[in-house]
Amino acid sequence: MTTRGQVVLRRSIDWQALGRSTYQAALSVVLSLLIGALLLLVSGQNPVLAFRSLWDGAFGSVDRFTETLVQATPLLLIAISVSLSFRCQIWNIGAEGQVILGGIASIWVALTFSELPPAILLPLTFIGGALAGAVWSLIAGLLKAYAQANEVITTSMLNYIAVYLLAFLVHGPMMDPAGFNFPQSPLIARALELPRLVAGTRLSVSFLIALLMAGAALLYWRTTLGQRTEIVGASRRVARQIGLSVPATIALVSMLTGALAGIAGWGEMFGLHFRLIEEFARGMGSLGIVVALLGELHPLGMVVSAFLFGALVVGGNAMERNAGVPFALVDVIQGCVILLILARGYIFKFRRGAR
Amino acid sequence: MGIVEMAGITKRFPGVLANDQVNLELHKGEIHGLLGENGAGKTTLMNILFGLYQPDAGQILVRSQPVTIASPAAAIHRGIGMVHQHFRLVPPLTVTENIILGLEGRGLLDLKAAERRVQQVAEEYGVQIDPGATVQDLSVGQQQRVEILSSLYRGAEILILDEPTAVLTPQEANSLALSLKKMAEQGKAIVFISHKLEEVMRLTDRVTVLRAGRVVFEALTRDTDKARLAREMIGHDLVALRAEQRNQVLVLAGAKNAAPVEESPAQRATGRVMLETKAVHVNDDRGLPAVRGLSLVLRSGEILGIAGVDGNGQRELAEAIVRLRPLQAGQLVIAKEDASQWGTPDFLRRSTAYIPDDRQNDGLILSFDIARNATLKLFKHRPFSAFGFLNNRAINQFAVELMEDFDVRAPNPFVRARTLSGGNQQKLILARELSQTPRLVIASQPARGLDIGAAAYVHQRLMEERDRGAAILLISTDLDEIMLLSDRILVMYNGRSMGELDAHAANAQTLGLMMAGTPLGDTDGSGGVV
Amino acid sequence: MNVELITFPFIVGLLAAAVRLAVPILFAALGETFTERAGILNLGLEGIMLMGALAGFVGAYATGNLWLGVLLALLCGGAMGLLMGFMSVTAKVNQVVAGLGITILGSGLSTLLFRLFFGLRSTPPTITMFPAQPIPGLSRIPVLGEMVFSHNVLVYLALILVPVAWIVLYRTRFGLALRAVGERPDAVDTRGLSVDRLRYISLIIGGALAGLGGAVLPLANLGIFWTQITAGRGFIAVAVVVFARWDPVRALWGALLFGGAMALQLSLQTLKLPIPSELLLMLPYIITIIVLVGVSRRAEFPAAYAVPYSRVEK
Repeated sequence: MTTRGQVVLRRSIDWQALGRSTYQAALSVVLSLLIGALLLLVSGQNPVLAFRSLWDGAFGSVDRFTETLVQATPLLLIAISVSLSFRCQIWNIGAEGQVILGGIASIWVALTFSELPPAILLPLTFIGGALAGAVWSLIAGLLKAYAQANEVITTSMLNYIAVYLLAFLVHGPMMDPAGFNFPQSPLIARALELPRLVAGTRLSVSFLIALLMAGAALLYWRTTLGQRTEIVGASRRVARQIGLSVPATIALVSMLTGALAGIAGWGEMFGLHFRLIEEFARGMGSLGIVVALLGELHPLGMVVSAFLFGALVVGGNAMERNAGVPFALVDVIQGCVILLILARGYIFKFRRGAR
Repeated sequence: MGIVEMAGITKRFPGVLANDQVNLELHKGEIHGLLGENGAGKTTLMNILFGLYQPDAGQILVRSQPVTIASPAAAIHRGIGMVHQHFRLVPPLTVTENIILGLEGRGLLDLKAAERRVQQVAEEYGVQIDPGATVQDLSVGQQQRVEILSSLYRGAEILILDEPTAVLTPQEANSLALSLKKMAEQGKAIVFISHKLEEVMRLTDRVTVLRAGRVVFEALTRDTDKARLAREMIGHDLVALRAEQRNQVLVLAGAKNAAPVEESPAQRATGRVMLETKAVHVNDDRGLPAVRGLSLVLRSGEILGIAGVDGNGQRELAEAIVRLRPLQAGQLVIAKEDASQWGTPDFLRRSTAYIPDDRQNDGLILSFDIARNATLKLFKHRPFSAFGFLNNRAINQFAVELMEDFDVRAPNPFVRARTLSGGNQQKLILARELSQTPRLVIASQPARGLDIGAAAYVHQRLMEERDRGAAILLISTDLDEIMLLSDRILVMYNGRSMGELDAHAANAQTLGLMMAGTPLGDTDGSGGVV
Repeated sequence: MNVELITFPFIVGLLAAAVRLAVPILFAALGETFTERAGILNLGLEGIMLMGALAGFVGAYATGNLWLGVLLALLCGGAMGLLMGFMSVTAKVNQVVAGLGITILGSGLSTLLFRLFFGLRSTPPTITMFPAQPIPGLSRIPVLGEMVFSHNVLVYLALILVPVAWIVLYRTRFGLALRAVGERPDAVDTRGLSVDRLRYISLIIGGALAGLGGAVLPLANLGIFWTQITAGRGFIAVAVVVFARWDPVRALWGALLFGGAMALQLSLQTLKLPIPSELLLMLPYIITIIVLVGVSRRAEFPAAYAVPYSRVEK
């Protein structure tokens, strides 16, 4: 304890708590994998085979490894977006819809303003994607702020609406006329494609952008805006008392959340698919939530967990192709991780108390 | 041998020894006072008797049989009933539904039959109640009667009441006392938990004093006096307190009546009007009128005490003044400006302070550390932030200084507010609010639930602010606190002002009448109605 | 657009379809009414309905007995309700996130198990559904007869459940305790009842009914199972409970509203309106948002809603 006059006081990092957190998170993942393995065993599949093809699929070669990073990119962005909302006690689970809207808007901008030079058009598509995601999320945010409408329900409804909107657009108004009636949009101009980070792979600049956003998130929590977010998340009553506008904060956080998810959609379009297709955001919403929770809603933690789940997704797809085990196993693992992470406070208290 | 005997009861909570080898004997037909200041362990002890907690050591005998009371169900089964300080009633349900809640039975509910039986029991004990009324429509006094009936309906022989008069007007308290005496005559054993000497002396047959978890004194009430009880309640700590505080402490313990307020020797400010409400109307959370046309004037350098039983519009008034609640009608004037349409930021910008009555939910963010709580209102301004980025060094430094100035005891400013004791939490709130020397202070129940030392500190600080020229609106349900601190007193009843009087013209009897709805003009100054 | 198809029989058929389509949501909403009255928000309904749908389908497919499918769905749903109970009541975690976890788990597990059991086939496996069993006499009443009395047995079960739920909630000791525990759990605790036990029971009931609701889809409406067959009905059911202000009878109207929206969407497709089918498919979800917004502002949630209960120490 310092006395007046003495200079700096620093909050020291609680390494013990950090270690404990990491250990518990890792344990949750391991346990979930074991549960998955058990399920496979019980239904007559070979878990060893399945997990080996999962591992190979994610890390087996440079090419596979970059695929993991490719999958991790949108997951990281979505996790950051989710963490913003969750730390404000806004249970926004509409990431999938926001990603879709971001993808739709950015492709629309690219196709509509194709005469503009790429140097101008690309940033415009980025802004378009972010904006669309922000607006989609803002709908639920405003409904929550001003009508007390449960945001879990509204955002999940908006997810379904977005999926149908995408289906409608790629089967109709935005369908590629030269695409043999495939439900997809025309390709974007070559010049708009994001440059590759590793030649011959699908890993693009969008990965760096995701990392950048993680850094921005770190800074965010050190700003007055971040403090506002935390205060509103911790106690609405106190927030009001110190003059913060709770509805305005909810609206703002909703927009930032949606913008980040919209950027993920933009990244998928301009770094990976280069055209609008159905189902490009399938399952990203729930994956993003798991990544966020596993990463303890902290930007650095989420980088790690995004990588982990990127590997699970890539590996899971490979596992389905090579070992015939349905990708749905990864979904089961997701659910288990969430529940185990949530319950860890109870489980570990129980164990410690038993000693 | 009493009907209940508690021997050697010990109970530990993290960081505090709540009960230390406590012995207590209850007899049929006797009202037993359990006396002690806030935090002495009285409620804990009775919660153990009622099966809400399990003792770490010790034994309980009921009707000479050693028992383990594992849960409230077991306690009820043994004829023990408890009326809690904060009622355990379900507001949207009816009186009867509340009373029969949890009772065994076969088949479907027959509400009509239950209502008849409730009426019967009520008549048996002379309690007036409407069995079909919805609890949330009842007055506080009536709700308490439902609570008591609930225990009697279940055949309780031993009745525990936890600070029952805290929510009653003096007149309602008298009525309760009569009911309790009647029940004692019928052979019930009654435990009366209180921190107020006066009423323990009046009501009880036997008294046990707890201090810091231990029994320090026990006697038949007629064999002792207030002074002795006060000494035992507060202990040698009394000597350690500064002279000025000692007087307050004795008043708070009910050992003395509040002395007339002397003119403060310090220079009082200009006496200009800092706050004025003109016939304001404010609604509660349900949209019903809570404040009905209240007018008051508050000047610099004075403390205006708003007295009244909880639930008569005080909270809504306070929230309207600090702009957390809109005015339905009337005008609010703060430092000569029309504040009726202000938002909270406008209010905060004008050198004001608000100490809310719920320190844990409204005053602090328990999950935040001391430093962040201390700068809750300031973090948006320099030097605590620049260009939108927080300056943690300045924040931490400020917190350290504040902790020292306001005696907030904690190892460092990084501990969570949750870990602080009630007294330290309140001091932290005080620190945050008073550190910027506000001109206008709205303080609601500032010493509620605090032990004597912390309460005395809070009162001291408020009086210092007043002497420095601040205008302080003190809202409290504790008459002793009101009379101790206020220069003028206004009594609220049912959202209206029952009148205003100078502190030295006030006495508990007159105030009591006003708190129960008699306007000042109808009183005769000594507790009677004209 | 085939306007001539809009005849009186068409509309009656539409109403009958509304009732039939409302049943999955009705079961889930009735169950969730009990759960939320006890103070717990169970957002895992979607996952539980999916598991119930799978369990019902598998049970019926494997044994050829539809009722065994129903039983399996009830057990499965109840088990998942129990899991949610553990998370909310014992581990006292954030109920919103726990519900999401259960939805994700149920969604993944139902898909996984379906794929593992049936593999990927060119023709999906089917079962014979519950047949329509018109009630003799009553089914001949004009309009109402077709609308209410000419359905399969699960519809009748759901409709009977509504007054049964009402009686349990308002005229039994259990119902009284349940209503109390969602408002003031400490009041219940102090009267010697177990808050935890009441909440667990409410979740098991809620889970079982949600499982049954999910099973209605393959067993009575569609005859097959596909992944994500419930398509958000679990979330819609939660909205219905708010719309119904936690009352079983009003939940019936809420469920009928959504059943109607779904029936409308299907019939609009038959009418070949110049509206793309995808936009029509959005209809139930848009209506859910609108309805939810309409009722939420005035809604008086149970006081202890979604707040874990611990006996307050000190």
